[in-house]
Amino acid sequence: MRLELGRIRVRDVVWSRRTFLENGILHVNRDELVDRAGAKDTRIASIDAEIARPGEHVRIIPIKDAIEPRVKVEGRGGMFPGLISGVQTVGQGRTHVLEGCSVLTVGQIVGFQEGMIDMSGPGAAFSTFSRLLNVCLIIEAREGLSRHEHEEAVRMAGLRAAVYLGEAGRRISPDELVSYEPGRSSGAHDGRGDLPRIAYLYMLLSQGLLHDTFLYGRDMKTVLPTLICATEVMDGAIVSGNCVSACDKNTTYHHQNNPIIAELFKRDGKDLTFAGTVVTNANVTLKDKERSADYAVKLLEMLNVDGVIISKEGFGNPDADAMMLCARLEEEGIATTLVTDEFAGADGQSQSLADTTPRADALVSVGNANEIVMLPRPEIVIGNERIIERMAGGQPGSLSEHGIRAELQVILGATNELGFERLSAREE
Amino acid sequence: MGTKTRVVHYLNQFFGQVGGEDKARTEPFGKVGPVGPGALFQQLLGEEAEIVGTVVCGDDYFSEHPELAAETVLALIQGFEPDLVLAGPAFNAGRYGVACGTVCGLVADALNIPAVTGMFRENPGVDLYRRSITIVETAATALGMREAAERMARIGLKLAGSIPLGPPAEEGVLPRGIRRNYFAAETGAVRAVSMLLRKLKGEPFTTEYPLPAFDRVAPLPPIEDMTAATVALITSGGIVPKGNPDHIESSSASRYGRYDIGSLDALSPRSHETAHGGYDPTYVNADPHRVLPLDVMRDLEREGIIGKLYPYYYATVGNGTAVASAKGFAQEIAKDLIRDGVQAVIISST
Repeated sequence: MRLELGRIRVRDVVWSRRTFLENGILHVNRDELVDRAGAKDTRIASIDAEIARPGEHVRIIPIKDAIEPRVKVEGRGGMFPGLISGVQTVGQGRTHVLEGCSVLTVGQIVGFQEGMIDMSGPGAAFSTFSRLLNVCLIIEAREGLSRHEHEEAVRMAGLRAAVYLGEAGRRISPDELVSYEPGRSSGAHDGRGDLPRIAYLYMLLSQGLLHDTFLYGRDMKTVLPTLICATEVMDGAIVSGNCVSACDKNTTYHHQNNPIIAELFKRDGKDLTFAGTVVTNANVTLKDKERSADYAVKLLEMLNVDGVIISKEGFGNPDADAMMLCARLEEEGIATTLVTDEFAGADGQSQSLADTTPRADALVSVGNANEIVMLPRPEIVIGNERIIERMAGGQPGSLSEHGIRAELQVILGATNELGFERLSAREE
Repeated sequence: MGTKTRVVHYLNQFFGQVGGEDKARTEPFGKVGPVGPGALFQQLLGEEAEIVGTVVCGDDYFSEHPELAAETVLALIQGFEPDLVLAGPAFNAGRYGVACGTVCGLVADALNIPAVTGMFRENPGVDLYRRSITIVETAATALGMREAAERMARIGLKLAGSIPLGPPAEEGVLPRGIRRNYFAAETGAVRAVSMLLRKLKGEPFTTEYPLPAFDRVAPLPPIEDMTAATVALITSGGIVPKGNPDHIESSSASRYGRYDIGSLDALSPRSHETAHGGYDPTYVNADPHRVLPLDVMRDLEREGIIGKLYPYYYATVGNGTAVASAKGFAQEIAKDLIRDGVQAVIISST
């Protein structure tokens, strides 16, 4: 499975009469974008579109998902298999990436747990999305729609918009072409048998009720842990459908650009052998947790690995899955490192996780999501700022004439548990 | 000419040159200028600061008359009009450590000036005071005096000059146990791969969050006669009277509510809803019994399976809520329940 990613650096996005990409400028026909995103979905009452650029005094709130525009240029299947394209296996051939931009789904709130992004000011330091050109879709749902239908309608509109924009990169010569091939340094065959075999264990939130993730369009709740080729993820095999706390939910953009996969590819054959990726779920019942943990550990043993990097999504309940995975892998003699955020209280004095095991002795902390941030008033708000008071991490009174005072939790991707950002926490 | 920082040094009877254990009952007294290790401190503080006085108290005296000793020591310190107080270092001496911690805490609270002490990591004073005062990490014995004095002098001058301290590990200060965010040099993903490789090679690595040992509560023996028991309902699922009258937060709750159900047979979407922000509220708002089973409890009461249902229920939101807060709520709620003779509680979470 070899995938070439052609990265096209997008320097600006502008509204235009026609949608095309030239000299790093993405020209977008706004009406066509809105039409394609909506696709006559009767659940959607209206869609509007705005562009937010890095450095602008703009706040975007509430955001559900972020998606990077990509297009499949060669090879089997299409972008977001099972949801937008057919169900053919993706991850080989060639894919073009519109790097530096994203589609954000904004508009009326679905659940409490949606996020915000500031394009400048102190809040911008916490999120990759503050450094991207964001095409914001403000989507209003038809009245009387259930939350689940609302979530799905918005999710699909975002994916369609990203696919539409991605098409503009189909015939563009990329700025950079990188080839990814897992198992290229398989150890046994190339004399690199002395390198440690490292696998990636990819936890996907799957608690149901607006906390779902999709693999090839299949709801992860219903899937046993399974092997995936890391390049499939780059073609949108994993899509976020959840409204969990903004700081540590893995948006579709995060999945497409998984930084652990990127790092393992980078070091593959140098100081490690990238032995494979296992996706597992984070369900709610103990029986499901135990079944998935055991099954995932079995797959990793079959891969004959020395060590496993575990990434998490969400907090609280999934802490139990993460600890179970650490404990069982270590019991089998497989070394683990877990990436997690912390909920240590606004004063940083509480214990950070809801579960523990003495075997989880190598944790990477991506920050305390309860820490308070002050976010001064922006000039422009895309969406509705008042929603901060209902968001996880905000509370009544969070919004004042000085701006927003809330927990870091409200910022999209701030404590991303794929390790996307540089933020960490330490004891002082 | 700038004025020098005025420093007062606190010492026990041993370092204060009075004597050993036999002099541990020495009452507090003050002396102008440095005493004992004070000379070394003065040398390290240099031209910027002057030890204007030393206050000495016996370790036994301090532990046997804690309030009186504290009051007298504080008055003696105040008499020297200090800008900074240095206490100890106490190394691994337990009573001395507790005295130094008490003195530093008092000075910070009452005089509002910085204070620094030094202790060995396992000194009982560390656990008592590390959250509220600055404690330099020292060796276990006075063999580490020079290093301890260097650290205390350097940190003291920084605090007196309002210069912010760096991370505890770099400053040689014992951490206060507070988690604070900072930006690392590399992303979490890069750090994770590097940490795993070090772990596999058997090289030293430092976990970024040492997991705490959890507080485990041994369950009480089962209730012998449920037909006589008063049972209460508690939920962390956020069920509140419609409108959330106590404004319990949807995440990181700082409070809980106590709500009267004495005259209620059932909940309804018109009377109750959830304030919880961590799960989809659709189904629980349609029927709040899904999280707070009042209907079933009333059945059990009518059928005589339980004695009676306590006429109030307690609710908070268990979503990103600090364990320290939850523990605080539980301690208050338990007092009510014990006072009112409740024998059993059903806690529903989500």
